[in-house]
Amino acid sequence: MSKVERKVRLIQGNEAIAAGAVYAGAGFYAGYPITPSSEIMNDAARLMPRVGGIFVQMEDEIGSIAAVVGASLGGAKAFTATSGPGFSLMQENLGVAVMGEVPCVLINVQRSGPSTGLATKPGQADIMQVRWGRHGDQTIIALCPGSVPECFLLTVKAFNLSEKFRVPVVLVTDEVIAHARQNFAIPEPGEIPLVERKSPAGPPEKYRPFDAEEDGVAPLAAYGGEYVFHISSSMHGPDGYSNNNPDNAIWRIKQLHEKIEMHRDEIVMTNTYDTDDMDVLLVACGATTGASRAAALEARRNGIRAGVLHLVTIWPFPDREVKELAGRVKKVVVPEMNYAGQVAGEVQKVIGPDTELTRVNKYNGQIITPRDILEVL
Amino acid sequence: MLQKTGEKYLKEGVLPHMWCSGCGIGVMLGALLRSFEELGYAKNEVVVVTGIGCTGKADDYLVTNALHTTHGRALAFATGIKAVRPELKIVALMGDGDSVTIGGNHFIHAARRNIDVTAIVNNNFNYGMTGGQASGTTPGGKLSSTTLYGNPEDDFDISALACTAGANYVARTTIAHGWEMQQLIKEALTKKGFSLVEVLSPCPTNYGKRNKMGEPLDMLRWLRKNCVPSDAYAKLGEAEKEGSFIIGKLCERDKPDFNTRYAEIQEKAMSV
Amino acid sequence: MRDKKETKNGITEVVLAGSGGQGLISSGIMLGEAAILEDKNVMQSASYGIAQRGGLSIAEVIISDSEILFQHVESPDIVLTLTEESVKLYEPLAEKGVPVFYDTMLAEKRTGDNFYGYPFTEMAGVLGHSGMANVIALGAMAVRSGMIKAESLEEVLRERFAGETLEMNIKALYKGVGLVSG
Ligand SMILES: Cc1ncc(C[n+]2csc(CCOP(=O)(O)OP(=O)(O)O)c2C)c(N)n1
Ligand code: SF4
Repeated sequence: MSKVERKVRLIQGNEAIAAGAVYAGAGFYAGYPITPSSEIMNDAARLMPRVGGIFVQMEDEIGSIAAVVGASLGGAKAFTATSGPGFSLMQENLGVAVMGEVPCVLINVQRSGPSTGLATKPGQADIMQVRWGRHGDQTIIALCPGSVPECFLLTVKAFNLSEKFRVPVVLVTDEVIAHARQNFAIPEPGEIPLVERKSPAGPPEKYRPFDAEEDGVAPLAAYGGEYVFHISSSMHGPDGYSNNNPDNAIWRIKQLHEKIEMHRDEIVMTNTYDTDDMDVLLVACGATTGASRAAALEARRNGIRAGVLHLVTIWPFPDREVKELAGRVKKVVVPEMNYAGQVAGEVQKVIGPDTELTRVNKYNGQIITPRDILEVL
Repeated sequence: MLQKTGEKYLKEGVLPHMWCSGCGIGVMLGALLRSFEELGYAKNEVVVVTGIGCTGKADDYLVTNALHTTHGRALAFATGIKAVRPELKIVALMGDGDSVTIGGNHFIHAARRNIDVTAIVNNNFNYGMTGGQASGTTPGGKLSSTTLYGNPEDDFDISALACTAGANYVARTTIAHGWEMQQLIKEALTKKGFSLVEVLSPCPTNYGKRNKMGEPLDMLRWLRKNCVPSDAYAKLGEAEKEGSFIIGKLCERDKPDFNTRYAEIQEKAMSV
Repeated sequence: MRDKKETKNGITEVVLAGSGGQGLISSGIMLGEAAILEDKNVMQSASYGIAQRGGLSIAEVIISDSEILFQHVESPDIVLTLTEESVKLYEPLAEKGVPVFYDTMLAEKRTGDNFYGYPFTEMAGVLGHSGMANVIALGAMAVRSGMIKAESLEEVLRERFAGETLEMNIKALYKGVGLVSG
């Protein structure tokens, strides 16, 4: 019997991310190994040279994200992956990508902390670090897959959003989904549309890398072409040169925020399950999405009408979606693998301090189970 | 023949520059731009990557491509650009704090990786921008705003570090040796693989002032007096070597650079 | 067992337990791939469920006709244990009707219903390589539980191996099948 060609395969979350990056057209990876994200790096090392791309194992995570930003400005779709400690090290230069409006994708596979913590165990305690980990005024797009297939699909999406809006995008996963394997058929080339960054079209001597067009996004040239340009981590004018004028700073900071706010509805994605007739709403992201959905189904068997809101985008936070659904129920439950309730805090902000919120928090390095959630329903 | 001025790489209307009188950074930048011109580089085939510090401000005066990054990380950004754009000339302009103190890890690994980037380090023996604190190149016993009673630590030999780490080309020069500096920079720019030109440079405002060389010309004279070309240096006794700097080309090799080697990797990977 | 199955709506939860290096994860992947050939949904993961001690290594596989939501096994339907430690951990399930397979060379003999002890490792050695113990076990378990067809496992073996190794593995698989059906 000959070997069968088949599309559906058992694929690991981390593998799906690397495959998604290749599908999206990534041509550069720089990274530093760390559990539980290392499989992404290993796959990138194997796949990048095969597609004519480049893989560099850098000396640390600070250098990794720096090289990614450099490669992106050279015209490549670039990405890196890390976990907890490495994500902390990447913050300063992730800020360069924000300030310089450099498209790139950073995958943070969350593990238990603080510090080295339970290095191989899952956690969901970086939600706030993703949003606020860098100094200074800025905003970020972050997506959070709830299954292995979503690891692939949201990686492609992350590249697309990053190229479209000229921003870094963080894909926030966790050890559970990173290491789980599920059946998945990698889409054929062309099945998912890919987005390429806007290139400048006018005369080279007129090109200014921060002249935003109507959609809030400025075209980005690549080093080496006919457009010569400056990108700066310092406060800069539309031409990319340092500018200390207070009015310029106002323009700049607003521009960084407004281009995301302008496209909010395109960026914010959620999934809902059984929310039409629900009395109880579960709000979940990442690995806890599966547990929440399983718990909700079980609850329905026991006569409790539960529904689930999966936050596919976690930043910008899906505030309107949460508010709309929470307004229809008697009880809102937020299960998450951290102590402080980082997602719950955001939900509370949206529904107001007087509406009661039930939190399910687990921070022992173990996954939240449907049973953990059923206990509070 | 007309003398090359390098002016065509300078942004119009930005002079006078921000550096103190007697500072070496402008002189070093001039040598770099003249080198560009002599080598016939087009503005769009050069990317100047800077870190943070007085030296790191240099990109503001240039009309080549530029990337102004974070303190210590210029070489890591440069690595990413070079990896995907092998045809470009990438120059990382850094201070001694940038290159070998906060950024020491990237420095040795860029040299080891032999990435085809030219690092130009303005070594003024201290952190100029933040007010003259000690850096990894402040000599033992010397004064700075954080070594008020003398530096209890010894300094790095930047050139020796690069050479040991695997650079293809290493040279040291000073602001007081304008012509030689330019020749060495040109050699470094045209050398494939990681190259370094360490430029010893006065910071009269901070390092000079605290170490009895506060007048703009004092540090220049000190550099002239204590720098010895490599051939002459070899003949010095141990006592004379102490406190003097060896200048000139210090190390040269022809190992294939990262991009050349990675192209072979791609070929292998595509054939399996 | 029957009742349990019905309430689980076509879901089979499999646990493969032993120690690191026994190839449990790759066995789990093979089982999962075989189920995919039968158009099932599969979730495979390493376990963080019951207390993790010493060198205990657990691979979990969930096979289902419908979408699998939760990543981990909650109530196993069939278990393979390849060390004394792992038999101890899972033997209480046998009393509840869950088939517990174990290697009689690696663990003490168990009596009572639902224990399936065979010298998998020794049998694999006789066939040519002790590393095929899991393949024999998978063959036996597939038949006992009806979760997948032996032919699907065979197909997965054909995808992974070639030549003599393939022949040996196929023999091992049907040796396992014979243990239970024979
Ligand atoms: C991460 C970080 N730490 C500290 C600083 C503050 N800082 C700015 S420039 C500088 C020192 C610059 O010294 P050097 O690199 O030698 O350059 P010079 O100013 O002497 O040219 C420091 C410490 C910073 N910008 N970033
Ligand atoms: S402080 Fe020192 S390094 Fe900075 S501009 Fe003045 S002289 Fe130059």
